[in-house]
Amino acid sequence: MDFTFTPEQEDLREQARAFLAEHPQASWRELADLGWTGVSISEEDGGAGLSFLEEAVLFEELGRALHHGPYFSTIALALPALPDDLRSEVAAGETRWTLALGPLVTDLDTADRIAMVGGDGIYELEGADRELLQTSDETRPLGVLRGGEPGLRLSDSGVLEEIRRRALAALALEACGVARRALEYALEYVTTREQFGKTIGVYQAISHPLADSYMRLELARSLSLWAAWCVAEDDEQAPVAAAAAKAYAAEAAVGVCEAAIQAHGGIGFTWEHELHRLYKRALWIESFLASGTRLRADIAATLLDGASTSGSSASPVPVSVTEGG
Amino acid sequence: MDLRDTPEEAAFRAELRAWLEENLPDNLQGHRGGAARFEGPEMRAWSRALYDAGYAGLTWPKEYGGGGAPYTHQAIFLEEMARAEAPPHIGVIGLGMAGPTIMAHGTEEQKSRHLAPTLSAEEIWCQGFSEPGAGSDLAGVRTSARIDDGHFVVDGQKVWSSFAHIADWCLLLTRNDPDSTRHAGLTYLIVDMHSPGVEVRPLRQITGEAEFNEIFFTGVEVPAENVLGEVGGGWQVAMTTLLHERGTLGFALQAVLEVQIKKLVGLARDRGADPLQRDRVAQEWIELQALRFTNARALSQLVKTGIPGPEGSVAKLVWSEANQRVTKLALELLGPDAPLADANAPYGGYWQHQQLRSRGNTIEAGTSEILRNIIAERVLGLPRSR
Repeated sequence: MDFTFTPEQEDLREQARAFLAEHPQASWRELADLGWTGVSISEEDGGAGLSFLEEAVLFEELGRALHHGPYFSTIALALPALPDDLRSEVAAGETRWTLALGPLVTDLDTADRIAMVGGDGIYELEGADRELLQTSDETRPLGVLRGGEPGLRLSDSGVLEEIRRRALAALALEACGVARRALEYALEYVTTREQFGKTIGVYQAISHPLADSYMRLELARSLSLWAAWCVAEDDEQAPVAAAAAKAYAAEAAVGVCEAAIQAHGGIGFTWEHELHRLYKRALWIESFLASGTRLRADIAATLLDGASTSGSSASPVPVSVTEGG
Repeated sequence: MDLRDTPEEAAFRAELRAWLEENLPDNLQGHRGGAARFEGPEMRAWSRALYDAGYAGLTWPKEYGGGGAPYTHQAIFLEEMARAEAPPHIGVIGLGMAGPTIMAHGTEEQKSRHLAPTLSAEEIWCQGFSEPGAGSDLAGVRTSARIDDGHFVVDGQKVWSSFAHIADWCLLLTRNDPDSTRHAGLTYLIVDMHSPGVEVRPLRQITGEAEFNEIFFTGVEVPAENVLGEVGGGWQVAMTTLLHERGTLGFALQAVLEVQIKKLVGLARDRGADPLQRDRVAQEWIELQALRFTNARALSQLVKTGIPGPEGSVAKLVWSEANQRVTKLALELLGPDAPLADANAPYGGYWQHQQLRSRGNTIEAGTSEILRNIIAERVLGLPRSR
């Protein structure tokens, strides 16, 4: 068992964090030049031939930077449905995609092409009008589509399960990045701000909620990295891992942002401070695809409604994911 | 990153699983813990069986009776013990605290004298740290150890000492210099609990049982060679003990929670659960996975770099609060049967006992308040509150 990143993966994280600190709103072209759009695309199709684990690093860092762009829509939602020739266009940075899973569609402001689910397949939607809606998170717009019709058939709809797993895991990872940034802001503030003659971080009414925030973030990261590994390996636990990670990490990110806003006092409530943007992204993540309540209902169904056997081994709880060789 | 066992780990797991199936007595499977651990010879016999099979002290050096195995084997051991619902080795203080502290600070004589009998459960340990006036503020210890004619003479009182009533040895934190204050002037002694002048009085706790005790020391003579570390250097030695109390415990706690969640799921299936209760069952299952993979991350970090990552410090805090929620949820699922106890209650009163016992989890081995201070100060770098 080894639950650490490789030195190359650690390097990718460092590179991503440094780059995004300088260019938080980097263009799609810049992301493609860094090789980020082709991470898991095969080398024959112009990608790096790596896995979802490397993409996981990027989802976390792009979330931390609140990057505004269709990376989530293209890489988490659309990519599994794309045939090889279209994947190579993504790797080359030529096309940005989104996928319409419901009436509200992400990233319609930046996506070049739109995929849609129709019957037994996923098709490209052609000729539709896009209408962007006002959303509280300005960095990840939602919109609706009017008219249009299915054109090019992209894939069988069987790929939707893989898309769901990737999307839930990606959102969990983004949530970890968002929570990390919010906690960093809070720590910076409470170690410099003074009241009653002391740095406010000395007061346990301030420090203990931040200790709790740290704990929730670490637990969220453990679940999210478990989910990322399961998705990368196509492990049989990938669906439940992705659901657990999204349910926990999204709520943790919302809670950490709230603790950070509170620790900042009035400053945390202003438009000027970045915290409200992090908070709005966390809320966006919590609501997209499936809420924590919805995901837990699914998990409860697998735990409580599955076939029961006798004896103390009755529980369907996977005892260990490390079993086997 | 690979969350699967290596072939070597898988072989160890398979062998252990087969051994547990063969050797775990039926009457010990799903043991409820608490004071029942001390009654009868079964627990010592079980601990001895673990030792004879080479499963006690897996990571300890072979020369002291251990297994010389990597940390990953210890993690697998605890996972499989939980899976089998096998009770832990009775030498909880010895394996978790006394052994590691002696290995870090003990003399060669102390190592060869104490380590093997600890693993074989021939000798049981207790811990003498807390006092009536020194709880979370451990540096307030007042129990005195006066040097007199080549030995120490110990006088004082310790409290909240689990296992003291069956213990052969005590890890005792004393003050050798009566004029000293706080962290200086402390000395760490190994004390024979059978010495004249040692009196143990059990303390009845919230469950009605007595798992912990007061210990009174009146003119107890302790040989000079029983000092652990330096005279006056007891604080540093005590920190090693606490590091192990809180540090290597993560997987053991996860194993306890694993069993608890398994039983909770069984209970919810048996008795039914409404949608809100189902939501909470799922939430607790998720928390268990979060604890499991946080431990796995910490372990991998430790194996790779030799330095424990900051993830480890959260395990005890997370586990204790989870166990309190889980047991309370179980009582809620029992509905009108919740006030019944022991033989009159469903499942022999397991949940009623567990729920009351769980209130101690956020107090023992470092209160949650102290642990939050540690995370705030040592992990997050916030200013010290004291």
